[in-house]
Amino acid sequence: MSMTTAKPIVRSAPDMRKQKALLKGAFYVGGTLLVLIWLIPVVIAVFTAGKSMAELMSSPFMWTPPRQWTLENFRSAWTNAGMARYMMNSFIITIPSVLGTLAISSLGAYALAFYQFKLNRAILIVFVSGMLIPFQMLMIPVFRFSDAMGLMNTYRGVTLFHVAFQLGFCVYFLRNFMRTLPFSLIEATRMDGASEFTIYLRIIMPLAIPSIAALGVLQFTWIWNDLLWSIVLLNANRVMTITQGLANMQGQFITNYAIIAAGSILAALPPLVVFLFFQRFFISGLTVGAEKG
Amino acid sequence: MKTGTPKHTWNHQTLAPWFFLAIPLLMYMTWVIVPIIQSMFFSLTDRDSILFQRQFVGLGNFIRLATDPTFHLALQNNLFWMISFVLVPIPVGLAIAMFFNQDYPGARWFKTAFFIPMTLSYAVIGTIWAWIYQPDFGALNTLLRSVGLDTLARQWLGDRRYMTGALIVVGIWRQVPYVMILYVAGLKNVPSELIEASMIDWASWWQRFTNVVLPMLRPATVVAVTISIIDSLRAFDIIYVMTNTKARAAEVLASYMYSSAFTFQDYGYGSAIAVIQFLITLGFILIYVNNTLKSEEKL
Repeated sequence: MSMTTAKPIVRSAPDMRKQKALLKGAFYVGGTLLVLIWLIPVVIAVFTAGKSMAELMSSPFMWTPPRQWTLENFRSAWTNAGMARYMMNSFIITIPSVLGTLAISSLGAYALAFYQFKLNRAILIVFVSGMLIPFQMLMIPVFRFSDAMGLMNTYRGVTLFHVAFQLGFCVYFLRNFMRTLPFSLIEATRMDGASEFTIYLRIIMPLAIPSIAALGVLQFTWIWNDLLWSIVLLNANRVMTITQGLANMQGQFITNYAIIAAGSILAALPPLVVFLFFQRFFISGLTVGAEKG
Repeated sequence: MKTGTPKHTWNHQTLAPWFFLAIPLLMYMTWVIVPIIQSMFFSLTDRDSILFQRQFVGLGNFIRLATDPTFHLALQNNLFWMISFVLVPIPVGLAIAMFFNQDYPGARWFKTAFFIPMTLSYAVIGTIWAWIYQPDFGALNTLLRSVGLDTLARQWLGDRRYMTGALIVVGIWRQVPYVMILYVAGLKNVPSELIEASMIDWASWWQRFTNVVLPMLRPATVVAVTISIIDSLRAFDIIYVMTNTKARAAEVLASYMYSSAFTFQDYGYGSAIAVIQFLITLGFILIYVNNTLKSEEKL
């Protein structure tokens, strides 16, 4: 290219190819660096959990991998620090909460998706706004109600709360999906004399399975990761969730950080595994409203 | 009735939605709607209203809040959280989304890996970061010392001047991947010719970006901004885990409400703080709801 001529609008093919290869290289290098830097805290936790006490004391750098990997810290966290119990509790609370909220929200979603009635929109708005309310606004009354009903320190107390609270998001999410189904499906079945409940159960629900699965993945993570309601509604060690157990561990095991790091990895594993296996579902659930304009 | 008269069908279908809505509405009323109303009512009563008989104190709690220095600090910190949650995650999340938005093989895995912080609970994140901030052998101070910047090493979670900032950094670390994924979804609607990087013509690229691409991303931006603000106002777990809510300097409305109500058993006062937090959040909730419901009407 000579200095005097203006830049040509259409450049030669080899030039373009070179630029493309360069961009591609920049993408992989830049992307790798970005991900590595962003995940440093997670890497530090994994490395710390894998180090023996002696190595932790002798090496000042947390970001170096262990010279010798040990599972000792995981064993201590699992047994001595009670993570086994807490993890069990988290499963006992999370699984029924997810199933319950999916089942109940699908009923509400069906009503809002397929029937025209005066309060339809108002009810939808109540569900959607409720999901964004600050939890502090619910804490005292829910605590008081749970106490009065004998639901404190019970699995079902927290489970019922999660089911109820998550209805806001779930009803909204499932209703949006159901609205994409052709209404003629319902009319045809109705003509055949099927009851409204049969239409819901036999026609709509089977079609909604993919979106219910997507929602379930997201709900599992949210409910598993909850800390606040465990603090408010559960204070006995035997029923505590893993998030609360981990938060308490900070106070008790402060001298041995490797055990806390191992505990935090244990607490992170179930939602992480769920996310990695079902990422497409997960992300489609999180981006509601961001796509269409 | 096999074929059903029109009138029958009409009746049938008037009752049906309520049959389906009965359980969801009842549960939502019990655990969400009624508690919101109760909290508003409690905010007008005195401290022992839960345990003993209710003592109506009018706006007494709010008058107390007006002159409470901790409340002022909490408001100030919340404002700091809110501004940081808009100024940092939105542009950074958008930039990263645009960077990752390529169809090179394996590009998806970068997005997945980058998204990991969002799947972790604040209990886990707070635990990890508390260790990074640890003043003596935490990674941050060790790193600063090892490159000769000893003077920059701080008591990140022990010094009231740095506490809130240190916590916000952790919040941002988790929020950026969320905003990124919202923009990745938004970018699906933008033709790739419009964003394809052209290294020679930066000026025209930038012009096209601000005039064409950004307006097309408006729905994603509205969701990202409102959700980030609502999240910043909800910040609690991170403060609870990393400071144990003992450190007053890091207090935000959510944590101050918690300690007032559950540590000091002052339920009336705690409810008043919750009401203030609710009122601040409400505006943003309405923007979000209005935006999402309006966008679907166009379909």
